[in-house]
Amino acid sequence: MREVAIVAFAQTVHTGHDTGLTEAEMLHPVIDEVQRATGLTRFGFTCSGSCDYLAGAPFSFVSALDALGAWPPISESHVEMDAAFALYEAWVRLQHGDIDSALVYGFGKSSMSDLREIMTLQLDPYYLAPLGLDQVSYAALQAAALGGDRADHRGALDEIVRRSRADGRANPHALDLPDPSGTDDEVAPLRPYDIAPITDGAAAVVLAAGDLARELAATPAYIRGIAHRIEPHYLGMRDLARSPSAADAARAAGVGKGPVDVAELHVQFSHEELILREALELPEDTVINPSGGPLAANPVMATGLIRIGEAARRILDGGARRAVAHASSGPCLQHNLVTVLESALESVPESAPETQEGADRG
Amino acid sequence: MPSEAPSGAPSGARAVPEPLEARHVLEFPGGYTRTTGPVIGRFLTELRDRRIVGVRTAGARVLVPPLEYDPATGEAVTGEYVEVGPAGTVQSWAWVNTPRAGHPLDRPFAWATIKLDGADTSLVHAVDAGGPKAMRPGLRVRPRWRAEPSGHITDIECFVPEVTVMAAPVRAEYRVRPGRALTRFLEGVRDGVFVGGRCARCDQVYVPYRISCPACGSVIEEEREVADTGTVETFAINNLPDPRAPEVPFVSAYILLDGADIPMLGLVGGVPAHEVRQGMRVRAVWVPPEERTMSMTNIRWFAPTGEPDADLPGGAAGGGA
Repeated sequence: MREVAIVAFAQTVHTGHDTGLTEAEMLHPVIDEVQRATGLTRFGFTCSGSCDYLAGAPFSFVSALDALGAWPPISESHVEMDAAFALYEAWVRLQHGDIDSALVYGFGKSSMSDLREIMTLQLDPYYLAPLGLDQVSYAALQAAALGGDRADHRGALDEIVRRSRADGRANPHALDLPDPSGTDDEVAPLRPYDIAPITDGAAAVVLAAGDLARELAATPAYIRGIAHRIEPHYLGMRDLARSPSAADAARAAGVGKGPVDVAELHVQFSHEELILREALELPEDTVINPSGGPLAANPVMATGLIRIGEAARRILDGGARRAVAHASSGPCLQHNLVTVLESALESVPESAPETQEGADRG
Repeated sequence: MPSEAPSGAPSGARAVPEPLEARHVLEFPGGYTRTTGPVIGRFLTELRDRRIVGVRTAGARVLVPPLEYDPATGEAVTGEYVEVGPAGTVQSWAWVNTPRAGHPLDRPFAWATIKLDGADTSLVHAVDAGGPKAMRPGLRVRPRWRAEPSGHITDIECFVPEVTVMAAPVRAEYRVRPGRALTRFLEGVRDGVFVGGRCARCDQVYVPYRISCPACGSVIEEEREVADTGTVETFAINNLPDPRAPEVPFVSAYILLDGADIPMLGLVGGVPAHEVRQGMRVRAVWVPPEERTMSMTNIRWFAPTGEPDADLPGGAAGGGA
């Protein structure tokens, strides 16, 4: 497996409202920032993640190419998913060995329509979408399957939101949201504050392989494991209280092969953190979502990529040695991508990236 | 044309224009045409005939709604369709207080995963249950069908709970007479006094008046008037309206009238409910003499006398031989 690292990450100052910029205008500064950080203006591969339904415009992701300068023609791809999955595609592309760099970005303006009902459109068109099952409703079904309105469950959710919002207030890119309060339900058992806020924003990551990674960053955040797994789409075919696909992806990515300093989890509803902690078997001392996570800023289609970027940033800063990032797609954590990032690759043989090495480091 | 300056704008400042904004609708008028394939098509065809079917997998599980492939193995399902339900059991549920325009019901309802009888998986649908208190895991529900099914998942309007309770009408009318002892007591109440009876054998004075002693069974021969003052032995604050009470909350109390050995039930009024206490001294408040009848309504309630609280014998309520 070829060693690939994250060498740069940038994100917008996310907003809870439409600032009046187009998607491309919103995206341009973060592309500019990672280009300046790496000194690269051309990349071996470019891959983005976005959702045309957010803007209601077919092929709106093509317009976003204006933000990077795609002439002469570039090698480019797109996923109609969170850009974390675009990063996975770019990682696969870098495994081919013929290129050394990739640009990954994602963007979303969920302020333009009703996100809860836009997310109905991702459901199967035969059995679920015609019911008008909206995003909060299906998330509430999962929260109910997990613990409903039991007092201990509610207390755990409140604490997750309180911690996430406090961390978000300390993150200049996240929204300033108050401590959770109020007992009204949005869709019981979920309360309004259990739900990630409507957010506009964008993010970009640069991947580099081999020598280029060491040239571009002092402490590159090496991707030591990355894997995604998926479950049946139809909610009634699954045990909603568990996420076996996240657990499988975590095992395949090697989460348990070493300590985890930081985990950035794609938690769009507070109860998802409980499910994901269990699925990823995260150690008790792992710091969860120090950025505040999606409960503090959820620029849809960039949120998962930001998890990888935030986890990488801790390693690029030297603040963490080993970090885990999780990204999700589909209803009720249907599809999960887990990335393990590590610093200081020097002692690891190139041919065997997934070793017990991580367990020996603090 | 520049828009008009908002009122209060500093003179000479440029008007802040309203942000340009356009309404944009993405829609497939009449809906997007989709082919169903044989498996989903069979399900929707049966649904149009008000039947719910699942499909059997090679592992003999019944998937409802049917899928083309077994999600556990990826194998194609068998061609065997199995009628299930129509009743089923709620697995878990979420309550919608404010329905959206696209929701199946326009009043509060539950989303639920429902395991139909004979199925091995759950169907996601709405339950019209009235209120969240009616919902619970294990609730038995049945479909409510649309008047004219068309082969669509919404041919089931929603599910409704099975019948588990019904109202059984009961009504009979009686003519009730108070009996000799109570008649005697009510005569006293008409005249503004409480009449008790003393058991000579037990040396206990019972109020209201009785003709025999409930402790020893002796005939009570001695009438004894007791005071209309007494002491609150114990009480309850009632928050449910009662036609006999003046307001909510009201206090009903066991009051040990001076000279009696057994407390009598009465209302306490003329004092905030939270100030009523055991040992409080009270006096009956009578309606004016011209309004009195042979009824306990002659006593509006018992009101505090303002005397110091009395010690309750033994610290506990209750007379007793």
